[in-house]
Amino acid sequence: MPNARLTAWLPYFVVGLLALFPMVESTFYTQLLTKVLIMAIFAMSLDLLVGYTGLVSFGHAAYFGLAGYALALMAPKYETVSLWWSLPAAVGVCALFALITGTLVLRTRGIYFIMVTLAFAQMLFFIFHDTKIGGGSDGIYIYAKPAMKVGGAVLVDLEKLQNFYWLVLALTTLVYLLLHRVLGSTFGRALLGIKVNEHRMRALGFPVFRYQLASFTLSGALAGVAGYLAATQYGFVNPEILSWHQSGAVLMMVILGGMGSLYGAVIGAFAFVLLQEVLSNQAWFGIAAKHWQLAMGIFIMLVALYLPQGLAGLLQQFGRKPVAEIADE
Amino acid sequence: MSEMPILQTRALTKRFGGLVAVSDVSLDLYVGEIHVVIGPNGAGKTTLTNLLSGDLPPTSGEVMFAGRDIAGCSSDHISRLGIGRSYQKTNIFLPFTVFENCRLAAQSRTPHATRVFHRAGGYPEINRRAEEAMAAAGLDKRAERIAATLSHGEQRQLEIAMCLATQPRVLLLDEPLAGMGPHESQRMVELIKGLTADHAIMLIEHDMDAVFALAHRLTVMVNGEVLESGTPEAVRSSPAVQLAYLGGEEILHD
Repeated sequence: MPNARLTAWLPYFVVGLLALFPMVESTFYTQLLTKVLIMAIFAMSLDLLVGYTGLVSFGHAAYFGLAGYALALMAPKYETVSLWWSLPAAVGVCALFALITGTLVLRTRGIYFIMVTLAFAQMLFFIFHDTKIGGGSDGIYIYAKPAMKVGGAVLVDLEKLQNFYWLVLALTTLVYLLLHRVLGSTFGRALLGIKVNEHRMRALGFPVFRYQLASFTLSGALAGVAGYLAATQYGFVNPEILSWHQSGAVLMMVILGGMGSLYGAVIGAFAFVLLQEVLSNQAWFGIAAKHWQLAMGIFIMLVALYLPQGLAGLLQQFGRKPVAEIADE
Repeated sequence: MSEMPILQTRALTKRFGGLVAVSDVSLDLYVGEIHVVIGPNGAGKTTLTNLLSGDLPPTSGEVMFAGRDIAGCSSDHISRLGIGRSYQKTNIFLPFTVFENCRLAAQSRTPHATRVFHRAGGYPEINRRAEEAMAAAGLDKRAERIAATLSHGEQRQLEIAMCLATQPRVLLLDEPLAGMGPHESQRMVELIKGLTADHAIMLIEHDMDAVFALAHRLTVMVNGEVLESGTPEAVRSSPAVQLAYLGGEEILHD
């Protein structure tokens, strides 16, 4: 079937197009797209929890921001820090923090889980906001981007916008492939089972808590990858990176794109960031641009009302219709 | 019939605040035997099942499985020890296929949780056990159907199939015939009969035809207590049971 073949090749095609993008486009759009891809990693990491494990976290910015702060604190003031060890270290810190918070928050469910994850994120926010560890409310500048060197020679110069973009694109692809693989394994199937019917999974003999904790830790670690890249891109971190607005934004990306599909999370990140950019454009919307959240809110409500499967569900409807009709005959 | 009971309860009690739901219950389950528990609604039958399966911790008393006390163990632990249960209210994975329901159940015995890069469908051993369980429960023709689209009776069969896929030695079946038509009931009775040889079965049931067709041992519970326990004939003729069911006499005689 040509249709199925098209669907199979579509991801490669999209990645290829994205890889070519900085060759033809301006600095501004390359930066914007870099931001989109970083948010896509962040959204995928949250979708692992919300869409595949059935845990709605409202404090995911904690792991995102923590990795940013980890990078800022590890980077020497006027020199570059090596990406080879600082990225794994930042991600490791997030994984560890997720493991510790996970053992506590996973004792709660539903609305309580939402509140407790939020509480942990707020705790971290105020730790960095009210103490001097991370420069208080002003934050810390990261003057030089991490270096990718091999034996003293610069392998990739991340100060170059395009190079950084390609690194982000490569990591986004890698995270997608990793999650795709993991979710297709017995571990992933068990997570889905827990999302659908936690009680029955337990009755079947699955140590549900351990599976959830593993998922929570992996999710926190991957949010750390996104946070590390975001801090690198902006060149500074401040407590805003840990705020509940950030947790809310990434949750909206997942809902917008469609929970429980990885490419949905990616689509959600694209839609959210690009829409934010368009709606807050003063040249187009004048005074209304200041209140872009209002228009965004209406858009998200419409999606929630008419597209319960999110934007990914819309794609599926168009893509699968012919197949469904054939099956009906 | 083996001489030693595989599952034994001694003075098992469960209190919910002031209410004693299960009071001082002692019963034995043997491999090769069906032990049927009957009693009016609210007699504590399902609570008893929950105590044995670990869904609820007992207030006091012992649950001995193969010589060790498992009272208060978590339900996933008890399931891994070899005690499987089915639920009175159908409790399956509705959005999954029949095969995936059984495959997940079979997977719980050999989780491979750390092999996160290996495809879930790529374990011949797990797939084989899932297929065997489907066949045993008569669902092999329904493998690719989404569980939510099955008939009520088939969902009950799936409930049993999932239980079997975990390869338990003890089966706790909580009203497997609930809401089934006569034809479906007959099939389920045959299915349960076929499982007797290799399993110790505790069956909770209201359908008296099925009860007397299946029971090797019969326990009557009333208000959380065991009123009478023994062979079906002995229980049927017990004056205490007759008295307790006075007015509900048709239950034993229809």
